[in-house]
Amino acid sequence: MYFQLAWRNIWRNSRRTAVIMIAIVIGVWSMIFLSAFMRGMEYDMIKNGISTLTGNIQIHQKDYINDPVIENSMHSPIKLETALKKVLPPVAHWASRIRVNAIASNARHSSSITLVGINPIPEAKVSFIGNAINNGCYLKPGDMRGIIVGQALLNKFETKVGHKLVLMSQDTDQEIASRSFRIIGTFKAQLQATEKQFAFVTITAARQMLKLKKGISEISIILPDNADANPVATGLKTELSADLYQIQTWQELLPILNAYIEIFDGFIFIWFIVVFIAMGFGIVNTTLMAVFERMREFGLLKALGMKPWWIIKDVLLESFLILIIGMIIGNLLAFLCVFALAQSGIDLSAFAAGAEFAGISRIIYPAVWIEDVIISNIVVIILGLLVSLYPAAKAARFTPVEALMHT
Amino acid sequence: MGIVECKDIKKTYQQGKIEVHALKDVSLSIDKGGFAALAGPSGSGKTTLLNIIGGLDQPDSGSVSVAGNTFEKMTQSQLALLRLHNVGFIFQSYNLIPVLSAVENVEFVMLLQGVQATQRRERAMAILDDVGLEGKYHRRPAELSGGQQQRVAVARAIVSNPSIVLADEPTANLDSKTGNGLLEMMRKMNEEKKVTFIFSTHDKMVMDYARRLVLIRDGRIVDDKIK
Ligand SMILES: Nc1ncnc2c1ncn2[C@@H]1O[C@H](COP(=O)(O)OP(=O)(O)OP(=O)(O)O)[C@@H](O)[C@H]1O
Ligand SMILES: [Mg+2]
Repeated sequence: MYFQLAWRNIWRNSRRTAVIMIAIVIGVWSMIFLSAFMRGMEYDMIKNGISTLTGNIQIHQKDYINDPVIENSMHSPIKLETALKKVLPPVAHWASRIRVNAIASNARHSSSITLVGINPIPEAKVSFIGNAINNGCYLKPGDMRGIIVGQALLNKFETKVGHKLVLMSQDTDQEIASRSFRIIGTFKAQLQATEKQFAFVTITAARQMLKLKKGISEISIILPDNADANPVATGLKTELSADLYQIQTWQELLPILNAYIEIFDGFIFIWFIVVFIAMGFGIVNTTLMAVFERMREFGLLKALGMKPWWIIKDVLLESFLILIIGMIIGNLLAFLCVFALAQSGIDLSAFAAGAEFAGISRIIYPAVWIEDVIISNIVVIILGLLVSLYPAAKAARFTPVEALMHT
Repeated sequence: MGIVECKDIKKTYQQGKIEVHALKDVSLSIDKGGFAALAGPSGSGKTTLLNIIGGLDQPDSGSVSVAGNTFEKMTQSQLALLRLHNVGFIFQSYNLIPVLSAVENVEFVMLLQGVQATQRRERAMAILDDVGLEGKYHRRPAELSGGQQQRVAVARAIVSNPSIVLADEPTANLDSKTGNGLLEMMRKMNEEKKVTFIFSTHDKMVMDYARRLVLIRDGRIVDDKIK
């Protein structure tokens, strides 16, 4: 009967109740949907960051990060391989590369790029390049002249697949090495910047050009679960001497990305606060209005022998019902939106220029984190009840004496 | 000792800068089973006295006890429980909870008392029959006439056998015929169920019904007749 009483009371002014419920629905919906969108963006940034040649973990010669030149290569790949086989989980993939700065030029243009010498087969399982070819073909092992460039670089150089491209870099003898390659394919990446930055040749071609025997610049490792990056890195550190090698996780390799993600988390938090403040004011206001309208009634309830605390509980029960209904609808709506957009994603093309700067794809797939959902719901219900305490306490104080004075 | 004992009650209200002495030194003792009227002109302090007896308002000085409970050191919650089990209230109007039907309004007090559901319904219906509202159980207050609403209020006030029922001008909003019917009914309840009634009025006809008539003027008892 308490429930019935509360239920009938909230529908006495159905318009007002509907308005506050809609506010709660929008609040909850936006909290869940926005955080799903942000998480989707975060996930996308991490995925892009990792697949753009970073991997979950990288191994370099210890001076390479500060001075990424060909002299700072790792010269005993066999030793590395045994360490990797020992530490990595069986489903992990890894690839060795040579990576140097170079100048690419043709008759009309020149540009500074990063030349990456790869083992085509393992590389395809580690970075994006394996399935990013949009024109021509991918590198075959042992190809000594073929080069793959980004579509954007191709356009910038006003050239075509099949044409020549000359690369220059410093070799192991500190001399300028130069070699001409033939463009055999182009790749598409999420970001234009990636397409302009990287050019791929086979590791054998790169070694020949740079006069390197069997050295490599880096090993990039992909783990089945991103969360394993830290423990695996620790495992590798015990196997490989810190005097020779530097082992870094993606968080260390992409500090800016990491900072972005922290900012995103901050955004979500701030949004939760904003939504809540707006909603909280709405709840306090409407509940206060509802309570003042029924001043006589609360006086009557007191006269009937209700303890002040029972009256508080009554008002809170009414708020609780409104909150719960609003939350259920808000959750359903949010999940519906996420579900509807899970397939097609959210197209950010309109903002692509700005988004690209941050390393975000054009299309974002919202990702629901159950923690976010739980937190938004708890925030709404707990704080909703807390702010209802004020009008409830007011209601508990009305006496028929006062109530009659207000007529 | 009476079921209601008031001793030297003083109550002053502040209305802006003016002090209104609503009650000046009122002492009153009402016996169990009484049917007493507090009569007096408007503003004489009748409502104030009833509210104080019901524990809804506190006197500035003096002591009140109802059914052996002295109010002085009681908390709001204790006073509420005392009302719940010992005091029934009937106001001039707005007595009922608008979203509850007649029978639910009567049940509500028993709900607060923790009476079990089926028993609640049975007793509520029986008492509504007693006050002449058979068949109107499920009407909401808005669907009842003023007189019928007051009958529901009486039914609710006496359903849990309180020690006293305090009625503040229960007939003021009713025409004299309906008012008469209601008074008749209250007296019947008083006689049958031995419930003490204290009501306030300034209606001559109502005063005639009372077995004891207490006259108040300017916050003082000026006359007290037992008929
Ligand atoms: N809450 C209050 N605040 C200020 N003054 C009050 C308050 N309640 C009553 N009074 C004043 O106290 C005096 C007595 O009021 P009370 O309501 O007890 O009179 P009453 O006899 O019930 O009058 P009526 O027949 O009009 O109902 C009046 O002058 C009234 O204005
Ligand atoms: Mg009065």
